[in-house]
Amino acid sequence: MADISVRIEEFDVVIVGAGGAGMAAAVQTGMAGLKTAVISEVYPTRSHTVSAQGGINAALANMDEDYWIWHMYDTVKGGDYIGDQDAMEFFTKNAPKTIIELEHWGMPFSRTEKGTAYQRAFGGQTRNFGESIAHRATAVADRSGHAIVHTLFERTLRPDIVQYVSYYSEYYALKLLRNEEGTVMGVVAWDMVNGGVHIFFAYATILASGGNTRNFRTNTNAHVNTGIGWKLCAQAGIPIKDPEFVQFHPTGIYGVGNLITEGVRGEGGYLLNAQGERFMKKYAPHVLDLASRDVVSRGMATEIREGRGVGPKKDHVLLKLDHLGKDFIMDKLPGIWELAYKFVGVDCTKDPIPVQPTAHYHMGGIPTNIHGQVVDWDKDNKEVPIPGLYAAGEVGCGSLHGANRLGCNSLLDLVITGKEAGRHAARWILDEHPTFPNPPEEFVADKYAKDVMDKLNELFDGPEGTVKMDEIWEDLQDTMQADMSVFRIEEGLTRQLARLDEYFEKFKKVGLSDKSKVFNTELCEYFDLENMLYVSKIETVAAYNRKESRGAHYRDDYPERDDANWMLHTAAYWKEDGSVVTEYKPVRQKPLTAPTFQPKKRVY
Amino acid sequence: MALHVGDKVVFKIFRYDPEKDKAPYYKDYEVEIRREGMMVLTGLNQIKWEQDPSLTYRRSCREGVCGSDGMNINGVNTVSCMSHIEDYNSNVLVIKPLPGFPIIKDLVCDFEDFFNKYYVVKPYLIEKNPPPGRERLQSIEDRERLNGLYECILCGCCSSSCPSYWADPDYLGPSAMINAARFVFDTRDEGSDERLDAVNNIHGVWRCHTILNCISACPKELNPTKAIGMLQKEILKRTY
Repeated sequence: MADISVRIEEFDVVIVGAGGAGMAAAVQTGMAGLKTAVISEVYPTRSHTVSAQGGINAALANMDEDYWIWHMYDTVKGGDYIGDQDAMEFFTKNAPKTIIELEHWGMPFSRTEKGTAYQRAFGGQTRNFGESIAHRATAVADRSGHAIVHTLFERTLRPDIVQYVSYYSEYYALKLLRNEEGTVMGVVAWDMVNGGVHIFFAYATILASGGNTRNFRTNTNAHVNTGIGWKLCAQAGIPIKDPEFVQFHPTGIYGVGNLITEGVRGEGGYLLNAQGERFMKKYAPHVLDLASRDVVSRGMATEIREGRGVGPKKDHVLLKLDHLGKDFIMDKLPGIWELAYKFVGVDCTKDPIPVQPTAHYHMGGIPTNIHGQVVDWDKDNKEVPIPGLYAAGEVGCGSLHGANRLGCNSLLDLVITGKEAGRHAARWILDEHPTFPNPPEEFVADKYAKDVMDKLNELFDGPEGTVKMDEIWEDLQDTMQADMSVFRIEEGLTRQLARLDEYFEKFKKVGLSDKSKVFNTELCEYFDLENMLYVSKIETVAAYNRKESRGAHYRDDYPERDDANWMLHTAAYWKEDGSVVTEYKPVRQKPLTAPTFQPKKRVY
Repeated sequence: MALHVGDKVVFKIFRYDPEKDKAPYYKDYEVEIRREGMMVLTGLNQIKWEQDPSLTYRRSCREGVCGSDGMNINGVNTVSCMSHIEDYNSNVLVIKPLPGFPIIKDLVCDFEDFFNKYYVVKPYLIEKNPPPGRERLQSIEDRERLNGLYECILCGCCSSSCPSYWADPDYLGPSAMINAARFVFDTRDEGSDERLDAVNNIHGVWRCHTILNCISACPKELNPTKAIGMLQKEILKRTY
């Protein structure tokens, strides 16, 4: 048997993920004086929030008149009416004060002439319920994500908070601990640097492990975005809500996928096809390139499908922005200049950037209520919180974004849901004094981490394996891109489900060639691949079963939205035999105070 | 030297596994150029995924903002994800972990000391008075003073390139200093005195001998030497 050490620690709160959502939660639990562990596969400032560019939405009205209700309307409409409107109200109403709080914590916002925070236009953001374009994306040049991560990290370093918050960087979460009653009691993680299993017991566990579109060939995601949170929940019997809604960002750099912010179009850039035509006028006559992302991506994919794509393979389009002027670009969009120059050798002050729709974001995730408590449904389809478990940021699903997220709502999502999950968890612990049914001292690794230990022993002691991870990985990305992309059809989805079964079979034959316990990245990649297989299966089954088109989920064989039959959330359950079963749950259509926005045809 | 699709380049990589190796060694790998403008990180991934899964390095965002993959390539520190292979004008790339940092395994260094030095400069906004109900106002010009300071990604390339940092184990280093400057020159911050106290000593701003390695090492094209100079001036201004 491999000699695997086990350490056990107790905390009040354990947070999985040290990106924007995780750290926003840590600020709250730290301020409440609760002993908090933040575990992450990478150092906090390496988290993928850092890659966000454009900004963070809030009706601050710094540029022109604006109200949260307009923001809420845009969010409901952008989500194609399947979002939970109570969460959307909470979210948009709290946006302005959240942004102001970030500013107070030192976020270096770009400024207006008046000295207030600078706001730019972004896709799907309008004034007066669709009347004209709003300037709502509060920006730090085009480095807003970097600024948020650093600001939140800095906040947790303040003496009053840092004494309660411990970062466990380079720990890889492997299992969610649940007792017989279903209460979540913490996580089991792998200590990447030293090797060994580390069990974190906590009254509250907050999952903030981020997104997971690494399973597509072209994606904007970091290498670490493989779907740890979804897999942990799937294996613990917790459903995934609306996994079929995968956002394709219109402007990933052709061939490599790096994100070019929608802010480029917000500032006046636009898309061109091979004929030099500004094609978005056909798909969104009012706001053109500033329609919501699903509409723009579908427009681009349609141009490409009909032979008007650019390049020898006619498989991408062009994003023109040189007319904005060099000074403006270098002041407001310096990061994208660098990316385009470095990755495709394009000087965007002179030439257009080649772009293609690129897998970017999951609107779905671990189901939560507005407080970030993870919920399951009882037999009457009522939401019931799972004690001790919270989810925030992209891994969770409020559902704030419905079937399609608007640009700059994700940074807002992570700070608001992170904060609320942290605040609610702290309050719950302080008010309710939860205890575990058994005192944690009695728990031993054999009882709670036996399966993890068995798996690790098998990997370290077992053979190298007859299948290389790379084979599965490459095929998975290619086939997901081919059949689970912007356009989906039953035939392709059936094909993909069969392939996924094959990949799972092949995965059983994968072993480790590196048996070292110190910083074994092959071991991490093994779990990365497992995460991606889980995510792919869950989202493909849900996409197969949703027989309509809504938001980012477009079925060629069911091209219309079907409110009569499909105004429902998917809840996808992972079964022990490896199958995925979907159930359908009601949408929370009633906001907290505002009137319900009734479904309408979505025109931009 | 222009490289074309199909060309081969040798990566000579520093290897060390503390559980197996008595001493570090270099191992050669052949990397195939598969697209124009291929980055060093893509080459490392090619080796890891196709030739040797035990090769160990950090990586995350693959676009130069997370700061995971600082390393030394042909003698210069940088992040591998933003470094074109062909820019090194060589058929051989010698790839080492960041100099002066303790090594955990292969290209992975221990950042604990680096971050502890960053914490010394109190890298968070310090306010003495409660903030207003709205955002604080800051003019465009005042905000512009933060450009070139706030973009730091904490990759360690600058500190690891600095001979003073190698020689003085207590030297805070250019990275900590540029982060101190990011707050000292922020008009909203009220903690400059204590922050300047933290760097006003022989292991702080006065250890910089303007060797300027940090400037060429910074993948974000920031200028830590200049930031240190600004801090020195600010200290003198407050003292005299």
